[in-house]
Amino acid sequence: MVDVRDVHYAIDGRPIFAGLNISVRRGLITAVMGPSGTGKTTLLRLITGQLFADSGQVSVFGRDIDSLSNSEIYATRKRMGMLFQNGALLTDIDVFDNVAFPVREHTDLPESVIRKLVLTKLEAVGLRGAAELMPAELSGGMARRVALARAIVMDPEVLLYDEPFVGLDPISLGVILRLIKQMNQALGITSVVVSHDVQELATIADQSYLLSGGTVVASGTPQELARSDSETVHQFMTGSEEGPVRFHYPAPDYASQLLGTDQE
Amino acid sequence: MSNGARLGAPERFVRKFGTSGIFLGRLLWACIPALGRPRLIIAQIFNAGGRSLIIIMLSGLFTGMVLGLLGREVLERFGAETALGTVAALALLKELGPVLTALLFAGRAGTALTSEIGLMKATDQLTAMEVMAVDPMRYVAAPRFLGGFIAMPLLAAIFSVIGLYGAQLIGVQLLGVDRGTFWSQMQGSVGIHDVTEGIVKSLVFGAVLSLIAVNEGYESEPTAEGVGLATTRTVVASSVLTLLLDYVLTAAFM
Repeated sequence: MVDVRDVHYAIDGRPIFAGLNISVRRGLITAVMGPSGTGKTTLLRLITGQLFADSGQVSVFGRDIDSLSNSEIYATRKRMGMLFQNGALLTDIDVFDNVAFPVREHTDLPESVIRKLVLTKLEAVGLRGAAELMPAELSGGMARRVALARAIVMDPEVLLYDEPFVGLDPISLGVILRLIKQMNQALGITSVVVSHDVQELATIADQSYLLSGGTVVASGTPQELARSDSETVHQFMTGSEEGPVRFHYPAPDYASQLLGTDQE
Repeated sequence: MSNGARLGAPERFVRKFGTSGIFLGRLLWACIPALGRPRLIIAQIFNAGGRSLIIIMLSGLFTGMVLGLLGREVLERFGAETALGTVAALALLKELGPVLTALLFAGRAGTALTSEIGLMKATDQLTAMEVMAVDPMRYVAAPRFLGGFIAMPLLAAIFSVIGLYGAQLIGVQLLGVDRGTFWSQMQGSVGIHDVTEGIVKSLVFGAVLSLIAVNEGYESEPTAEGVGLATTRTVVASSVLTLLLDYVLTAAFM
């Protein structure tokens, strides 16, 4: 469904990906995990054709995204949905219009049909009653659920989730987890979940990739990752400060900097 | 963008000029399909124009009142106070109407446009549209540009009309200039080319100011500081360019 092959990508000369390989299979939930700053969001932008790889290939629905024209990229995006970390709802229109937005933009369906469609999707995320609220009146968890309703309103084949669990209370988190699973099982939507919440992902993912240093350091089912001998995998799965992924940003020697001996 | 800090001022200017030019091209291209969505444009005319109406009317009134006071005092020295209507009309139509409206427009509508688009960018709304296969250039930038472009001449016209009323209020009602002379002098000496000059100026200002406001918002760094800086740049660039273009256009109409 989505194939990332030997992708290299750098921002301002700083390499983000150096030979990244990820394969997302139809109908499965694929988790992409990694410490902050490993380019998880960049990966989603490569898949949606907002960024292009410096080298390597990103193919979506069997077509190389790099070779597509602008209108073909837009056509490809209509088959995808994406859930943003903060929801990214349009703040000047209410919940109903937000969910209806892609439908109104891309179809000529009569308003009565749009209404049913939107209410169905809002019901699926439990927010049919909030249809008339403005985005500013929603809590973080509710905003994300509305954004999820918007992401599925065009019945996408692939759903991309960007850090869907960040900053949620336990109840909202449980709801989002259940919804991701539900979207996948009931609607057969292929899902790519980008996150660093290992425990949550382990409960829903069929396939996991762990990114570090611009490449995949481990892949497999969550159970396989948990049993891995790799130090990086172990450090990440257990949340330890000690290990190959350093907690400290590179800095001059601590003692000499405090004592001022490294200054001229 | 990020390595702009390492460039010198001339390079930065050239780069800014180039990116703004490319932006203008994309914007105008996006305006063609946006014209088919009148509802979006009308909403933006209301945003840029309707919401600026009160300050434009108040400013127009006071400007006209000052013209009435000063005009009467200065003209009296030459025994020409009957020309007050002509002076006020020419000053407002050719110069003060378009220029002051443009400066107020930059401060009221321009900043609102820049910060709105900048915040939409900072909260991923523009990215979300792109992912939903909706071009934000068409849906966000073009209607706002067109709205500002259409609202600006209308506001300038309202400014001039209210200004004339203000000049009449002070000159005629308060200081005793003859009402008939005030209006007939104006009617006799203001030609269509004077009105045209004002309209052309306000159209040019409308296009340039809306372009600056939309461009700054669209290109702003998606942070609180970035949006603040972009808003400041909108006001500064708009004000300076308004006065510069005013000189160029005035010279062109000589």
